[in-house]
Amino acid sequence: MNDRQDTRRLDADLNCIETEPYYEPLGGEVALFEAAYASRIPVLLKGPTGCGKTRFVEHMAWRLKRPLVTVSCHDDLTASDLVGRYLIVDNETLWVDGPLARAVRSGSFCYLDEIVEARKDTTVVIHPLADSRRILPMDKRGELLHAPAEFMLILSYNPGYQSVLKELKHSTRQRFVAIEFDYPRADLEAKIIVTESGIDQTIAERLVKFGAMTRNLKGSGLDEGASTRLLVHAAQLMRRGVAPAAACSAAISLALSDDPEMLAAIDELASAVF
Amino acid sequence: MRTAEIPYAQSELEEKLDEILYAALSSRRSSAAVAIGISTLTRSQQEFVLSWAQIAVQNVAELGYQFAAQAPQAFFLFDQAGVEKWILDALDVYDREGLYSACATLKDLNGFKRRIEAAGEGVALASVTRVLELFLRGLSGRELHLEPSGDTWTDTATIYLPEHINVWATRGENFRLYKALAVHHWAQARYGTFNADLNKIIGTYAQPERALAWLNFIEANRLKSHVRRGFPGLGTLLASFQTAPPEGFAGVAASLAQPASTVADSIELLAMVYARELPEPYPYMGSLHPAEAARVREERIVKERHALYNGLAQLRENMQLEKPDPLGAEPQLDVESSFESLDFKLEIEGEPIAPPENVAKLMRSIIQDFGEIPAEYLLASGPGAYLSGETPEADPSAAESHAAGGKLYDEWDFRRRGYRKDWCVLFDQDVPAGDARFVAATRAKYAGQISLLKKRFEALRGEDRLLRRQTEGDDIDFDAAVEAYADHRVGLEPSDRLFAKRRRVDRNIAVMFMVDMSGSTKGWINECEREALVMLCEALEALGDRYAIYGFSGWTRKRCEIYRIKSFAEDYSEDVRARIAGVEPKDYTRMGVAIRHLSSLLNEVEARTRILFTLSDGKPDDFSDGYRGAYGIEDTRQALNEARQSGIHPFCVTIDGEARDYLPHMYGQASWILIDDVRKLPTKAAEVYRRLTS
Repeated sequence: MNDRQDTRRLDADLNCIETEPYYEPLGGEVALFEAAYASRIPVLLKGPTGCGKTRFVEHMAWRLKRPLVTVSCHDDLTASDLVGRYLIVDNETLWVDGPLARAVRSGSFCYLDEIVEARKDTTVVIHPLADSRRILPMDKRGELLHAPAEFMLILSYNPGYQSVLKELKHSTRQRFVAIEFDYPRADLEAKIIVTESGIDQTIAERLVKFGAMTRNLKGSGLDEGASTRLLVHAAQLMRRGVAPAAACSAAISLALSDDPEMLAAIDELASAVF
Repeated sequence: MRTAEIPYAQSELEEKLDEILYAALSSRRSSAAVAIGISTLTRSQQEFVLSWAQIAVQNVAELGYQFAAQAPQAFFLFDQAGVEKWILDALDVYDREGLYSACATLKDLNGFKRRIEAAGEGVALASVTRVLELFLRGLSGRELHLEPSGDTWTDTATIYLPEHINVWATRGENFRLYKALAVHHWAQARYGTFNADLNKIIGTYAQPERALAWLNFIEANRLKSHVRRGFPGLGTLLASFQTAPPEGFAGVAASLAQPASTVADSIELLAMVYARELPEPYPYMGSLHPAEAARVREERIVKERHALYNGLAQLRENMQLEKPDPLGAEPQLDVESSFESLDFKLEIEGEPIAPPENVAKLMRSIIQDFGEIPAEYLLASGPGAYLSGETPEADPSAAESHAAGGKLYDEWDFRRRGYRKDWCVLFDQDVPAGDARFVAATRAKYAGQISLLKKRFEALRGEDRLLRRQTEGDDIDFDAAVEAYADHRVGLEPSDRLFAKRRRVDRNIAVMFMVDMSGSTKGWINECEREALVMLCEALEALGDRYAIYGFSGWTRKRCEIYRIKSFAEDYSEDVRARIAGVEPKDYTRMGVAIRHLSSLLNEVEARTRILFTLSDGKPDDFSDGYRGAYGIEDTRQALNEARQSGIHPFCVTIDGEARDYLPHMYGQASWILIDDVRKLPTKAAEVYRRLTS
C-alpha cells in the first residue's frame, strides 16, 4: 500500500540554481557556512532587511550545488504546511510532501525566511532536525525521515523588530550557528550596486553615501535606514533614465517613511549628493 | 534733507499725540512714553502712525493708544504694508469681539507675525526646524539643534538661525537660504572650524574683530570646497549664493581647496590677507563665536571620550571572553580613520572588527572634533581612569538603618561583580490624588487622537483569527475535512477536529508601566508624562490587556520609593484617574531597585507575555553613594537582565536625546525608542506599545 502511494506522491520540481547568483562576501561568512555545512550544523542568519541574507543562501546553494527550497514564513504557517498532508485525487489518497519534507528527502537546503513570523508550533518540527538527531517525524505517515548529509536547514531573522511577540526562543536559537549580517562597507556596497544595476561607479558611490545618511536617522523617527536592496532599486531606476531625485524619492524615501517631514528631510539628503 | 524727511522730534510728537489720544490719556498715563518710541521711526512712518492712530481713535480711544504704543515694535518686525495689515486686523477684531480682544491682538505681535508668515511667501524657522534637523543629522550622524536668534552662528551643538526669512520672492527660495545657512554652519562643525584656539589667534592681531571677520570669510571658502567634494548637491547650493571673491584672493587661497585643508591653513592665510580690504560676506555666512564654540566642543570631547572608553572596554571584555590571553594582557586596539569620509577601520589584535552602532557613531563624532581618533583614546588605561570619585562609601549596616515597613533589595556592584546584599530600602505608597479634572481635560485635548487610538487598538483586539481544526465551529475546515477523509481512506483514524471558527485570540499580555518621577521631569515633561499615561490607559482599556502603573523615585539607597498609580487588580477608576493627575516630580532616579520590585509584582501575574514598559527622561542617577554614572547604569542593566531571565520583556521609551549613549547597553539594541520631542510623548507612547505587542 505504501509503495503504491509512494508512486503517487506529488513531486514538485526542485529548484536547482544553474547560474551563479551574484554575492559579495562581507567577511568570513562563506567559509563559516561551508564549515557548518560540512559539520551538519544548521545556520541562523541575523540581520536587517535587504542586506543580502536571501542572496547569500542562494549563492551558497549554488556554490555547494544543492537544490534550494525557500519558505517565506507567515503567521498561519502550521507544522503540516511544512511536513505535508494527504489529499484526495481521483478517489484515491495522495500524500503531498511539504517543502521541509521535500528538502529532507532530496538532501536540499531548506531556507525558512523570517522564521519569527511562523506559528510557534512549527518549531516543534524544526527542533529534531536541527540537533544531532537530524530527523523529521511524519506522524501521519508513520514515517521517520532521516536527513542525508547534504540536507541543511537555514533560518533567517531580523533582530531589530520591536515586538515582544516575535522573538526567537532560546531553545530554537541555541541549535544553530549564527551568522550576523549588516549593510556592507561603503566600497563593497558601491561595487554591489554597480554590479546589480550597471550604473556608473560615481553614481553608485553617491547612492552609498546617501544610504549611510539615511541610516544616521535610524532611531530619530526612522525604524530602519535604506537597505542595500533599496539602493540597488534606485540605481536600477536611474539606469533606465529616471532622474536621480525622482529615483531616490520613489525607491528610497517613500519606502522608508510616511511622515511628511521625514520624507522632506530624506529628499533633502538625496539632493545633497546628487 | 528736505523738511518732509526730517523725523518729528519727541516734543512735537507729544503734542500731536496729546491731541489725537486725549481721551485715552490721564494723569497717570501721558503720551511721553509713546512719543519716545515713535521718535525712532522715519518721518513717513511717523506720519503713517499718526494717521492710523486717528482712525483707530474714532472707534475707541484706547485702541488708538495701544496701536501708537506698539507701532515702533511693529515697524521693527514688518514693513509698512505689514503694519497696515496688523492694525486692520485689530480693527476687524474690535468689530467682532470688542475692545479687550482687539487690544490683545495688537499686543500679540509675534502671533500676528506667525499668521502672516503662514500665509505669505516667507518661511518661519519653526515650520522647517524638524526637516532641517533631520537633514543635518543625516549628513554626518551628529545631532545639531536649531534655535531662533537674531544673530546667525553655531556653537557646534546648536545652530542659531533667524526666526523668519522673507528676502526672496518664493517660499522655495527662502527655504533654500535656510538650508544654505544650516549647511554652512553644519560644515563648521563637520570640517573643524573650531578645532583650533581661534580666540587666541585673533587676539594676536591689532583688530581682533577684523581678523575674525576675515577668518570667517576664509573659512567659508575652505568649507565650501569640502562641501562641494563631499556633497555635490550642497556645493551647488552654496555656490548659488556666492559672490565673486575679492581680486587676488583666489590666487592666495588655492591651499583651501585641497582635500586635506584644515583650519590651520585658514589661519596661515589670515596673516597674508589681514591688511586687505574686507570682502563682502556671503549671504549665508553668519558670524563666528569662538569662545562659545570652544566651550561646547570641550564639553563634548570630555563626554565622548568617557563614552568611547566604556564602549571599547565592553569590546575588549567580549574579546577576552572569546580568546582569553594567557598572560591576561589587554587586547591591543588599532584604528585608522579618514576625516574626509568619516570612515574608520577598527582592529582588535590585528583583526578587523565592526563596533556596535553607538560606538561607531561616537567614533565618527570624535573624528569630526580631531580629524582622527587620538591614539590615547584607545588605551586601556584601566578602570581607574573613569571611575575616580565614584567609590561608594562602605556601609555595612544597611539592614539596620532601614525603617519599619521598608523592603530590602540587593544591588549590583559591577566592580566587585557581585551583589551588595540588602543594600536598598524600598517603600511603597500611593500617589496622592491630584486634580481630577486633569484626566478629563487631557481626554478633551486629545479627543481626536484618542478615538483614533481606540479604533486601532480595538482592531488589534478584534483581530479575529480563524482558528482551524476545532472540534466545533461555525464553518467547515476544508483542509481538515480533506485530510480526515484521506486519513480515513488510508486506514488511519480520522481526526474529529474538522471545524473552523473565528475567535478573538486572547492576547494574554500583562504590562507594567514604570514611570520616572524624578526631579528632572519637572514642568513640561511631567505634564507630558501624565498625558501619556492617560492615553495609554484609554488605549489599554480598549485593548483589554492587563496593566499596572507605578512611579518611582528616591533619595539615596535608604529611601527608594515606589508610587502606586494603578495596580493590576484595580480598574481604571476615578481614584486611578486622580492619582494620574497627582503624579509629580520627586527626587532622583535609582532605577535598579525599582525594576527589581516591579518585576516581582509583574511576575505574580499569570500571563503568557509580560512587559516592563519604562517611561524615562534620563539615565539612572541618585544623590551621593556613587549611583551616578557607570555604577547606576550597570546596576540597572543587571536588574533588567534579572527581569529578562524571569521571562519579562523590558522596553524603554525615553525622551533623553543622549539615550543612544547608554540605553542600548542597558536595554539591548531593539528594546528602546527615543521620542525626540517630549510634546509627542502622549500621542506616541500608545503607538509604541501597539507596535511592541503586535
